[in-house]
Amino acid sequence: MKIVVLMKQTFTTEARIELDGSGKPNDSKVKKVVNPYDEFAVEEAIQLVERKVAEKVTVVCLGPASAEEALRQCLAMGADEAVRVDSAGLEEADSSVVASVLAGAVKSMGYDLLLAGYVAVDDNAAQVAVRVAELLDIPQINVVSKLEVANGTATGWREADGRTEVLEVPLPALVTADKSLNKPRYPTLPNIMKAKKKPLEIKAPADFGINPPASKTRVVKYELPPPKSGAKIFKGTPAEAAAALVKALREEAKVV
Amino acid sequence: MSNDILVFVELQNGDIRKVTPQLVSAARPLAEARGGKLHALLVGEGIGELARKAATLGVDSVAVVEDPSLADYTAEAYAEAITQASKRLGAGALLFGNTSIGKDTAPRVAQRLGVGMISDVTGTISTGGNPIFKRPVYAGKAVTHVEVLESSFVISVRANSYPSAPAAASPAPIQSLAVAPDPSKIRTKVKEVVVRAAGKVDLTEADIIVSGGMGVKGPEGFEFLRPLAEVLGAALGSSRAAVLAGYIHPSHQVGQTGKTVSPSLYIACGISGAIQHKAGMSTSKCIVAINTDPEAPMFEIADYGIVGDLFEVVPPLIEEFKKLLHG
Ligand SMILES: Cc1cc2nc3c(=O)[nH]c(=O)nc-3n(C[C@H](O)[C@H](O)[C@H](O)COP(=O)(O)OP(=O)(O)OC[C@H]3O[C@@H](n4cnc5c(N)ncnc54)[C@H](O)[C@@H]3O)c2cc1C
Repeated sequence: MKIVVLMKQTFTTEARIELDGSGKPNDSKVKKVVNPYDEFAVEEAIQLVERKVAEKVTVVCLGPASAEEALRQCLAMGADEAVRVDSAGLEEADSSVVASVLAGAVKSMGYDLLLAGYVAVDDNAAQVAVRVAELLDIPQINVVSKLEVANGTATGWREADGRTEVLEVPLPALVTADKSLNKPRYPTLPNIMKAKKKPLEIKAPADFGINPPASKTRVVKYELPPPKSGAKIFKGTPAEAAAALVKALREEAKVV
Repeated sequence: MSNDILVFVELQNGDIRKVTPQLVSAARPLAEARGGKLHALLVGEGIGELARKAATLGVDSVAVVEDPSLADYTAEAYAEAITQASKRLGAGALLFGNTSIGKDTAPRVAQRLGVGMISDVTGTISTGGNPIFKRPVYAGKAVTHVEVLESSFVISVRANSYPSAPAAASPAPIQSLAVAPDPSKIRTKVKEVVVRAAGKVDLTEADIIVSGGMGVKGPEGFEFLRPLAEVLGAALGSSRAAVLAGYIHPSHQVGQTGKTVSPSLYIACGISGAIQHKAGMSTSKCIVAINTDPEAPMFEIADYGIVGDLFEVVPPLIEEFKKLLHG
């Protein structure tokens, strides 16, 4: 069984966001990492190989050359090979374009199980993986906190609002990871060294016969939230402070 | 392309989800700008009663798809039913709540229709020409304005971002659509659905949230906060640290790796205000911080604060709210 994992390189969540001269987030100063949700997907794939359920893990990323660092990280965790699909010209592409490129790449590589994080923490769109599943015409189990794979089927425990769904799908299928799926490992030094020799291929969309379509949505502006002036602090005894707070919530904020 | 707009009416525990009238108020100006009608769509089985309820949402028409394949929710069956229904109705734009079901189904519908989608919308910038919507990115540290470039599109809307549309005086007409997913194309099997009683109010849709962190000191600390939540009709939230410490079930977690919430009032009790926590609640309309540490980062984004021990502050707070709300 072959597993393909979709991975995106994102800002660390601690990163300070600043806008550059053109009004776009300035990424030159921030540290970039494997999208935390994709890290759960990579870990799950590696565990499936360790449990002898799968044979091979390929990690695919649409991104610039700098994303190779994140792919090496996945290889150091234990993935077998990596593919970077070059994003030149697609820097501003929307989810529909990204999905069409990734679907084309995944299709030509072949896979039995497709894994991904359910959302990327930078753009917060949660569209790409599901769109890829639709393009590949495969079923999905989305936002999974526990996964079992056996006999050509995947069973996933999906955390939904107020309930847990246990779903079974035949392979090939897409499974996207939630945070509680596993605990990603830290690569050991020997594995970091080994990862340097593992295959990392660089492709262009055209290598998969894909001519990326035009975006259907476009970011026209980034804004930083206005800095809050700091809280109005109510002093005095707990009873006095509580009374003043409730008064402000009623009369000033008008929320109760 | 058609000018009509379709609002997907999500059903949960035998009722219409609270985000639905908010979708109607997001959709109405879009429909007016396009000169189109506003349809509400319900899918499921045995949902006639709920369709009658949806008829008072303030929409122009209600469409219902009923089929045994839709009795249990699956993305495959729902995406197919919604896609077929939107084509049948000639709807050009579709609105979903950014709920679990919205996240699971809306991108599939968008892809099946071959249209663009904007997820987790928190506001409308403009409706004329190409509509432009607002949405948070980078864990709430920036906001983008996103334009749709084609007349057909899908958006998913964060709960509590729009006011609820007022109920209509007279009910809209209801039509039943004879569309059904092809059962041979539904590969997903629902083995089990475990409904969690995470409290009566759903966290993501709650208007008020009382949230606790490590400062509550233990599971009994959440029991201590519960009467405050009850007097306000609020949902109970928590930090991740409190979840990891086993104080409360993970379904209460707010933050980057928990629920994203946007209530009108968020009361943070004994929560330091780590960036990952703020990521899930910074768009709350009014934030209150109660913390012993005057340097706690939560005070930076709070509107109001009390520097003090929550175990001393919460009891008089409950009394004050009781006086105010229950006379
Ligand atoms: C990848 C990643 C994802 C994460 N995702 C999330 C997430 O989704 N949600 C989340 O919340 N966190 C998340 N975290 C964890 C986050 O970084 C913080 O560790 C966590 O939010 C801290 O929780 P806390 O505020 O309850 O605890 P602490 O930081 O320990 O703060 C406790 C606070 O309580 C105050 N206090 C103590 N006693 C009292 C008292 N008697 N009365 C009043 N105040 C008191 C203290 O002054 C302190 O400010 C994530 C971290 C990482 C690395």
